[in-house]
Amino acid sequence: MFQLDPRFVQIAADPIAYARQWKKQTGQPVIGTLCSYAPEEIVVAGGGLPLRLLTTGAGDQGADAHLQAYSCSLVRGALADWLNGRLAELDGIVFAHTCDSMQRLSDIWRLSRQGRFHADVVWPATVAAPGAEAYGVEILQAFAAAYGRHFHLAIAAPALAAAAAIYNRIRDRLRRLYALRREQPGVMPGRDWLAVMRTAMVMDRSILAEALDSLVSALEQETAAPAAGKRLVLAGGVCEAPAIYDVIEAAGATVVWDDLCTGWRYAAGHIEPLDEIWTALARRYLQRSVCPAKHAGLTRRADDLIEAARLAKADGVIFLFLKFCDPHLFDYPYLKQRLDAAGLPCLMVELEDQRAAEGQLRTRCEAFIEML
Amino acid sequence: MTVDSARETRKIRCVAKMKEIMTHYYIEAKTAAENGRKVAWITSGGPVEPLIAMDVIPVYPENHGAMIGAAKMGQELCEKAEAMGYSSDLCAYARADIGAAPIDGGPIGGLPRPDMLVCCNNICGTVLKWYEIQARYFNAPLFILDTPICHTDCSDAVRRYVAGQIRAYIAFLETVCGRPMDRERMEAVGRLSIEGQRLWQSVLDTAAHRPAPLSAFDAFFHLALIVTLRGTRIAVDYYRELLAEMHQRIADGIGAVPEERYRLLWDNLPIWYRTRWLSERFAAHGACLVADTYTSAWCSSLPYLDENDFIASMAEGYTRIYLNLGIDQMAAAVIDMIDKYGVDGLVMHSNRSCKPYSLGQYDIQRIVAEQRGLPTLMIEADMVDSRAFSESQVETRIDAFMEMIKARGPRKDH
Ligand code: SF4
Ligand code: SF4
Repeated sequence: MFQLDPRFVQIAADPIAYARQWKKQTGQPVIGTLCSYAPEEIVVAGGGLPLRLLTTGAGDQGADAHLQAYSCSLVRGALADWLNGRLAELDGIVFAHTCDSMQRLSDIWRLSRQGRFHADVVWPATVAAPGAEAYGVEILQAFAAAYGRHFHLAIAAPALAAAAAIYNRIRDRLRRLYALRREQPGVMPGRDWLAVMRTAMVMDRSILAEALDSLVSALEQETAAPAAGKRLVLAGGVCEAPAIYDVIEAAGATVVWDDLCTGWRYAAGHIEPLDEIWTALARRYLQRSVCPAKHAGLTRRADDLIEAARLAKADGVIFLFLKFCDPHLFDYPYLKQRLDAAGLPCLMVELEDQRAAEGQLRTRCEAFIEML
Repeated sequence: MTVDSARETRKIRCVAKMKEIMTHYYIEAKTAAENGRKVAWITSGGPVEPLIAMDVIPVYPENHGAMIGAAKMGQELCEKAEAMGYSSDLCAYARADIGAAPIDGGPIGGLPRPDMLVCCNNICGTVLKWYEIQARYFNAPLFILDTPICHTDCSDAVRRYVAGQIRAYIAFLETVCGRPMDRERMEAVGRLSIEGQRLWQSVLDTAAHRPAPLSAFDAFFHLALIVTLRGTRIAVDYYRELLAEMHQRIADGIGAVPEERYRLLWDNLPIWYRTRWLSERFAAHGACLVADTYTSAWCSSLPYLDENDFIASMAEGYTRIYLNLGIDQMAAAVIDMIDKYGVDGLVMHSNRSCKPYSLGQYDIQRIVAEQRGLPTLMIEADMVDSRAFSESQVETRIDAFMEMIKARGPRKDH
C-alpha cells in the first residue's frame, strides 16, 4: 500500500516552519514569491530558497488598512500575514507580473518593506509580442543583478544553468506524476497530491528533486489503483484547500488533471539549452502553459483546456476561482462556451476564501458529479 | 442678480460646442462603413495618433461606458453581461460594453463594428481580457501594445521593448489598411496631439485661480475630446477656445461654484450617474472640486513626448502614464496637485470597478495625511454600476467631512 513520504505532508502543513528551519541550517536568504511566473531558478542560483506564499489561513485582519474589500483573499491574506509578522522569515520578495490587484499589492508591500529585498519582474503581458524574449532576458538579468547586489553575491551563467538543471529535473518528475495521475487515477489521493504540489513550491529544490525521484519510482511500482469513478479536471488560479479533493472523492469522482497556478502551470515547460541559459530561461516562462493574466492568442487557453480534458478522458471540469479574481472571471464565459460546444459539462465555484469553503463546495460539487 | 441669472452666468458656453463636436464625431464613426472608412476600437490610454495618421476612426469603448453611466443605463447593461456569465465584480465599463454589443444597447444605439481593435494595457489588465472578448465577438484583428508597469522607474529594457511594439503597431495598421503610413502626416498628428495635451493642461491649470473658473465636474465633461480626438485640429481649436473662455471667467471673477470657500481634489474616475448630484452636494457647502487625478492623466506623460520626434518618444510617453506607476509616484503627483491648486481636502472615490486606480488609495491617503496633513473623504461606489452607490450613506459622509473641513477653516498657506 502506497505511503506518501511524510516530509511532503509536514512541509505542506507548515511551509513557514520549514523555511525557518532551512534558514537556520543554511544561513541563506528566504525569498517569497506569489506567482508561478516568479523566476525561482535565479533565487536558487544565488543560494536562496524560493518560498511560494499562499496564505497561512490566519485570516486577513489588518489588510483592510491597505486594501479594499474587493480584492481577492490571496492578496488580502498574504498582506495580512506579512503585516502581522507571520512571514518574519522572509529576507525578500519577488513579484511577477500578474493581475492588477497583485501589482498594487507589490506597491503596498514595497512601501512597508521594513528593509527587506523587494523586486518586480514585470513579464510581457503578451507572451508572443515582438521583442518579448529579448525583454524577458533583460528583466531576468536585472532581477539577478538586484538580488545579487542586495545579498552580496553574483549570479553567473554556470550557477544559473545548474539551478535550471535542478528545475528541469523537478518539472520533469512533476510532469511524470501528472501522466501517472491521468493513466492511473487515484494512485495517490487528492490530499497527497496537494501536499506534493505545495511542498514542491517550498522545499530546498535539490532535496526536492531527490524526493520526487523516489516518489515517482514508488508510484510506478503501484499496480492496482482504486477505481476513479467520474474523471474531473480542476481549473483556475491557486488551489490549496484539501477539502476540495475530499469533497470530490467522497462524491465518487477523481481529479485526473488540472490547469492551476499551483499545479500544471508550475510544472509545465522545460529550460533548454542550458548553455544559453538566460534566453532559455526567458523562453520557458514565455512559452509555458499560459495563465489568464497573459495574452497568447484569442483561443489558446480554451484550446489547451479542451485538449487536456480530452487527453485525460475527463467527464467534466470544475472551475475554482477566488472571488474578485478578474483574469479568471473574464475568461470563464468563453471557456464555458467552448467546453459546452465540446460536450464537456462544467461547474464554476467562486470562493470567498478557499480555506473556509468546504460547506460551499460540498453541495454544489455533489450535485454536479451526480449529474455527470 | 437673481439665482437663475447667476446660474446662467456660471454656465460654460463651450458646452454646446462640445456636444456638437461629439455628436458629429459619433455620426461619422457610425457611418464609417458607408463612407469607406475603417473603425478601430482603442483603449483610453492607447496610442491613437497612428490611427488618425492612417485615417482610421478611433472609437473608445470606455468613453461609451462613461456615456452609458451618465445616461443611467449602466445597471441594465451590466446585468446583461452578468446574464452572459460575467461576474458582477468585473469592471463595469467592460461589463456595460460587453452587454451592449449584441443588442446595440446604450444611449447611441451601440458602437460601430470595429475593423480592428487596439489595446494598450497601460491603464489596467482588464482591457487585455475585455479586448480579447470583443475581438472574438466581432472576429476582428487585435493589436496589443504591452506597456510594462513602472513600479519605481522606466528602464531602458522597457523603452526598447515598447519601441519595438510601436513599430509592430504601425506595421499592423499598414497591413489592415493595405497602405503604408505617411510618416510626415504621423509627425504632424503627433505635434497636434502634444499641442492638444498642453492646451488641456492649461485649461485644467486655470482652476488654480480663486475662485476656480471650472470644477473637476466640468473637466469630466470637457475631457471627452482629449480622449477621443487627440491628435486632431478639432481638439486643439476647441481647447484653445475653452481656455480663452476660462481666462475670461477669471477676468470677470466667475467661479464654478457660487461662493467658493473650500477647495477639494477628486481622485479616481467620476461616478458618472451622479456627477450633478455630487457637484451640488459639495457646492451647497461652498466647496469646489477644483482638480482631479483622472482628467489630468491625459497630460501625465507630456514630459516624455517629443514634438520633433513623436514616434520615437511614444514608447516612453505611453508607458509612463499615471495609472502605470507605483502608488508612491501616484501619491507624489497627488501632493503636487494639492500644492498647485491650493486644496483643503481630498475626496477619493473607491471605485470597485477599477482595481489599479483604487487599490493603494489607502496608502496614498496616509502619505497625503503625513506630508500635508490633509483629511480625506472616501466614497465607496462604482463609476457606472449604480447598484454600488448608496445616496444616503454618501450624503452623510459628505456632510460629516465638510463639517470637519469647516472646523479646520480654509488653508492659510495659499
Ligand atoms: S487569485 Fe486572481 S485576483 Fe488574486 S492575485 Fe491571483 S490572479 Fe490576481
Ligand atoms: S475603469 Fe479601470 S479597470 Fe476598467 S477599463 Fe478603466 S482602467 Fe481598466
